[in-house]
Amino acid sequence: MPPTPRRIGAPLRPRDFGLADAGLLVASLFSSFVLVWVVFYQITLLSGAFGFLLSWYACFLALYWMVTAQLLDRRTATDRVVSALVVTGAAVVFGIVAFIVGWVTWKGVTHLRVNFFTKDMSHFLPADPHVLSHIGVLHAIVGTVEEVGIAAAIAVPVAVLTAVFLNEVGGRGTRIVRTVVTAMSGLPSIVAGVFVYSILVETKLANFSGILASIALFILILPSVTRTTEEVLRIVPGGLREASLALGASEFRTVWSVVLPTARSGMITASLLGIAIAVGETAPLLFTAFGNKVMNTNPFHGDQQALPLLLLDFVRTPEAALVNLAYATAFILLALVLILFVLARVLGRQGSRSGVWRARLRSLLRPRPRPRAGEPSSVALIDPSMKEAPTT
Amino acid sequence: MTLFATREPVIADESRVSTRSAGDLVATDVCAWFSGRLVLEGVTLDMRPSTVTALIGPSGCGKSTFLRILNRMHELVPGAQLAGSVALDGIDIYAGRLRATDTRRHIGMVFQKPNPFPAMSIYDNVLSGLRFSRIPATDRDGIVESSLSKAGLWNEVKNRLRELGGALSGGQQQRLCIARALAVEPRVLLMDEPCSALDPTSTARIEQTIAEIADEVTVVIVTHNMQQAQRVSQNCAFFLAAENEPGRVVETGPTEVIFNSPSDERTLDYVNGRFG
Repeated sequence: MPPTPRRIGAPLRPRDFGLADAGLLVASLFSSFVLVWVVFYQITLLSGAFGFLLSWYACFLALYWMVTAQLLDRRTATDRVVSALVVTGAAVVFGIVAFIVGWVTWKGVTHLRVNFFTKDMSHFLPADPHVLSHIGVLHAIVGTVEEVGIAAAIAVPVAVLTAVFLNEVGGRGTRIVRTVVTAMSGLPSIVAGVFVYSILVETKLANFSGILASIALFILILPSVTRTTEEVLRIVPGGLREASLALGASEFRTVWSVVLPTARSGMITASLLGIAIAVGETAPLLFTAFGNKVMNTNPFHGDQQALPLLLLDFVRTPEAALVNLAYATAFILLALVLILFVLARVLGRQGSRSGVWRARLRSLLRPRPRPRAGEPSSVALIDPSMKEAPTT
Repeated sequence: MTLFATREPVIADESRVSTRSAGDLVATDVCAWFSGRLVLEGVTLDMRPSTVTALIGPSGCGKSTFLRILNRMHELVPGAQLAGSVALDGIDIYAGRLRATDTRRHIGMVFQKPNPFPAMSIYDNVLSGLRFSRIPATDRDGIVESSLSKAGLWNEVKNRLRELGGALSGGQQQRLCIARALAVEPRVLLMDEPCSALDPTSTARIEQTIAEIADEVTVVIVTHNMQQAQRVSQNCAFFLAAENEPGRVVETGPTEVIFNSPSDERTLDYVNGRFG
């Protein structure tokens, strides 16, 4: 009879956390609460929830350590307190994100109507009791997608080229370029908008339009995408470049066929993170796209709306109905960013699965099922496109 | 001389006829510097066609540097300098008539650490050299099969050619790298301690591969394993660097002579494991 398997790889702890330990934790929480309540509200006459929570937490940690050290030992006490700190940190971060997403989703979904995705604001009347069914934000969705899409279409190639220059080509300009990119990443977003406004709109070279917003967003996301892409290129092992060069590849082929494909998943993540920044930006759009109540699908001419701009407009109105609309808009914006992140994960996934996927896609695009005679069928099954019969 | 007269890749002209000869690689008076520091001095070595030449010697004596000089990988290191000449079939690869990329296609290299391209399938890894050099290949499947067979990997991977190269074991990855290097049909194959990261079984498999390919490609192998040098090579060169001095070749000759009756006492000490 084989021996019973046991679970391994659990973190090494001085002591397991049992029911009694949970009791200790709860007792510490409770007694520190009572202690701090007495001191905070009854003796010192302090007030304020935030100060109370902080004092409670500090008192809890001290009390928890002392009690555990008394009942068990100091090593376990330290382990428990550090665990509590780490768990609190994670819980705070998770809690904030969950709260924002949950709140916006709840408030947004309750006010969401189908016509939001089909109408614009052209039928908006200030005192309309049925305002929610007469207007929509389609013009803002279209605007955001166009503005951000164009910005990304310019920014990603430029960023990749810059990163390749910084990491693969090198040379005299590297330090200057890297300094400039770093400095650019500290640029306040509104400055990017004002910059485009002052050189294009104020000089009467162009009027407010979506493309101006794209230029401002491009300026804004370029440094972030460049830096992330550079980091990703840096972790491509040097051995791969050597292997490629040793096969007789030129430097260009090495970068194009070995370095960039190896860094593909990281580069997709870098690009989509940049796009996610751009989707949520408001300030650069104020002086460039300007905003519009009606649908304008042409990003090269005329004022254009965008989701964050519209959100700002809604929040600033005194009408409660429109403030509710702001939640719905925020939800759509959030959903857009979420879709982008899921896309990033799916496209960026590297491994045999995506390899198989690509191979399958390729065989769909150019099906040439011409297996040679006597070929084992399993090879043909793996990838039909592989079996390109020799052409003379 | 006619071999390199055109810019067209030689392999394309000859359309992979199996009568291709192994290359004759002659290094004459090679010296190498890193950032002004002399690390290798006066190396003259004839690596004859269809033989296996082993470069042996303790660490830091310039074996790998010498190997990288042989296919112009040395110049990729910033601050690297060179004197002397290296001739492939009578043509100096540093004379300026040959581009580095052409040189490297004729003089392939296998590295210490297996480095298949992780984003490519096994199939694409083997063909990568041809693709990089834009060599037209009509019978890709045939090239993949013959290269993998030469490297002794075909039977293990023939049903999973579309899987990524990184999914293989270390020994298989190294044989994939050998197959990849052989696919462009080089005249010389340089191997920089190809077995040092592998287990004995994989090592034996690669040594067998070296023996099998030796008649169509000249092999130069750096190794720290004395038994391996004896097993795989016909000729041997013993490198040594005294303290604060550049590496030099102490003795060259047939492997049997180097291991059994070397003329230099230091060689005798080294091959018998008395230092290094």
